[in-house]
Amino acid sequence: MNTADQEAAAIELRGLTVCFGEHCALEDVSLTVPHGAFVAIVGPNGAGKSTLIKTILGLVKPSRGEVRVFSKPPEKLDPSLIGYVPQFKTLDRSFPALAEELVASGLRRAWPVRISRSERRRVGEALARVGAEHLARRSVSRFSGGELQRVYLARAFVRNPKLVILDEPATGIDVMGEADMYRLLEGYQKSSGATLLMITHDWEAAYHHSTHVIVLNRRLIGFGEPQRALSEKCLRQAFGHVGHEHTLSLTFGRRGSV
Amino acid sequence: MFEIWHLPFMQRALLAGLLMALLAGYYGPFVVQRGLSFLGSGLAHGAFGGVALGLFLGVEPLWIAVPFTALVAIGITWAREKTSISGDTAVGIFFAFSMALGIVFLSLKREYTSEAFSYLFGSILAVNGADLWASAVVLGLTLLMLPFWGRWTYATFDRELAQADKVPVMLDDYLLAFMVSLVVVVAMKLVGLLLVAAFLVIPAAAARQWSRTFAGMVLGAVLAGVASVVIGLQLSMQLNIPSGAAIVLLQTLLFVLAALIFRRS
Ligand SMILES: Nc1ncnc2c1ncn2[C@@H]1O[C@H](COP(=O)(O)OP(=O)(O)OP(=O)(O)O)[C@@H](O)[C@H]1O
Ligand SMILES: [Mg+2]
Repeated sequence: MNTADQEAAAIELRGLTVCFGEHCALEDVSLTVPHGAFVAIVGPNGAGKSTLIKTILGLVKPSRGEVRVFSKPPEKLDPSLIGYVPQFKTLDRSFPALAEELVASGLRRAWPVRISRSERRRVGEALARVGAEHLARRSVSRFSGGELQRVYLARAFVRNPKLVILDEPATGIDVMGEADMYRLLEGYQKSSGATLLMITHDWEAAYHHSTHVIVLNRRLIGFGEPQRALSEKCLRQAFGHVGHEHTLSLTFGRRGSV
Repeated sequence: MFEIWHLPFMQRALLAGLLMALLAGYYGPFVVQRGLSFLGSGLAHGAFGGVALGLFLGVEPLWIAVPFTALVAIGITWAREKTSISGDTAVGIFFAFSMALGIVFLSLKREYTSEAFSYLFGSILAVNGADLWASAVVLGLTLLMLPFWGRWTYATFDRELAQADKVPVMLDDYLLAFMVSLVVVVAMKLVGLLLVAAFLVIPAAAARQWSRTFAGMVLGAVLAGVASVVIGLQLSMQLNIPSGAAIVLLQTLLFVLAALIFRRS
């Protein structure tokens, strides 16, 4: 790898290993994500996908190996460069909060006492982008799963992040909304030059929307352009068992030979 | 009817009560939304150990109860974060420990048992200058930490998001537990250790019924606290009942009314 590639890297992992006690969720993962890539991460449940992005966010410390995000270790990185949507929301459902406050927290990195006029404008734009402008003044505690997901997406995008990290963002979003969401993600990636990292269980979506795919099962099974990484060989290696035979044939049958 | 407010000790009690309403109204919503309601009562019982130690040593109990309760608060937070036991189990262990310690101290010096009772139930007459100063210092510290409101609230709403945004959530847990322990101790003379937790919980829980935002909930909790203190002290004098009990009964009434009026359809 030459130096130009090194400088262009948005994320660099070198021999990343993450263990929780005896059990290692990630082992010896090395890869380089270039700037402006739209990366889909696929792998079975428990493969370490969420652990991987939490390590990139600095929420989980590596047991061994190195993580560099925009050439910095995660703990030194300015968090306002990153827009994050977690898989499991740890929010307190009984907390009195309006959607616009939640989105504004993405601007301030703190909870707003009151929202200024310029903030409200940006919050409104962010909510409109995810088709949720009508939710602005509503209480978060009553939201449906998909509504909440949209507000979290708006919160991630309101700060115009250089790196967007999404853990199963399509969860709970309806079919039309999902198409809109991928349009938003692709549009944002193209217009802002930001790097996107998205965990998904939808191979079709990964295939059609991403520029790179990471296939993970504790170890890195495959990494590269979708056609190559989503090969039958990689997927078999990641998802293994005969029980998945049907799913594999369905997926590859529909798409034709890869 | 209002001439009682000319009495110096009533003015002291009123001032102490208003400071408390302010402090408890500010921290109460954090306590309630973080699921720490039990922490307040645990810390109050913890303070009992400090009070007993103070009586035993023959020094102003307040000066011993402050560091003692703060240590209990830090111990509970540590146990919650570094061991696999849950928050209320940690509270249960620590408060039983300091209660037991307090009982031992009191049994060693029996002549102070009646004074210890006034700490358990609270009394208007017991409030002195030291208590007012202590409350003022806690208020001063709170004002200094006002800029932390945004990140405390952020982490209360969604801890992982705050963590991803590099809010020092662990440090803030300790800081909040420490401040709550101070509020408990400065409030104990007026309300009594047995009821002081109610002050942190009930006004906030009442305000939650009508608030759509957290800032609104804090404001509501302060107002509910102020109203219950003023009316409670008045009733306490007129009916000759303990101030703490009068205030807490009013707060409960307020909560029930709020719950009935604003109940979910
Ligand atoms: N904080 C933790 N402590 C202990 N074990 C953990 C922790 N976080 C994750 N693990 C373990 O690490 C493994 C990988 O978890 P992770 O959440 O990264 O999986 P995932 O690929 O995101 O799965 P899913 O598709 O179900 O979301 C799992 O076996 C999980 O039990
Ligand atoms: Mg996951």
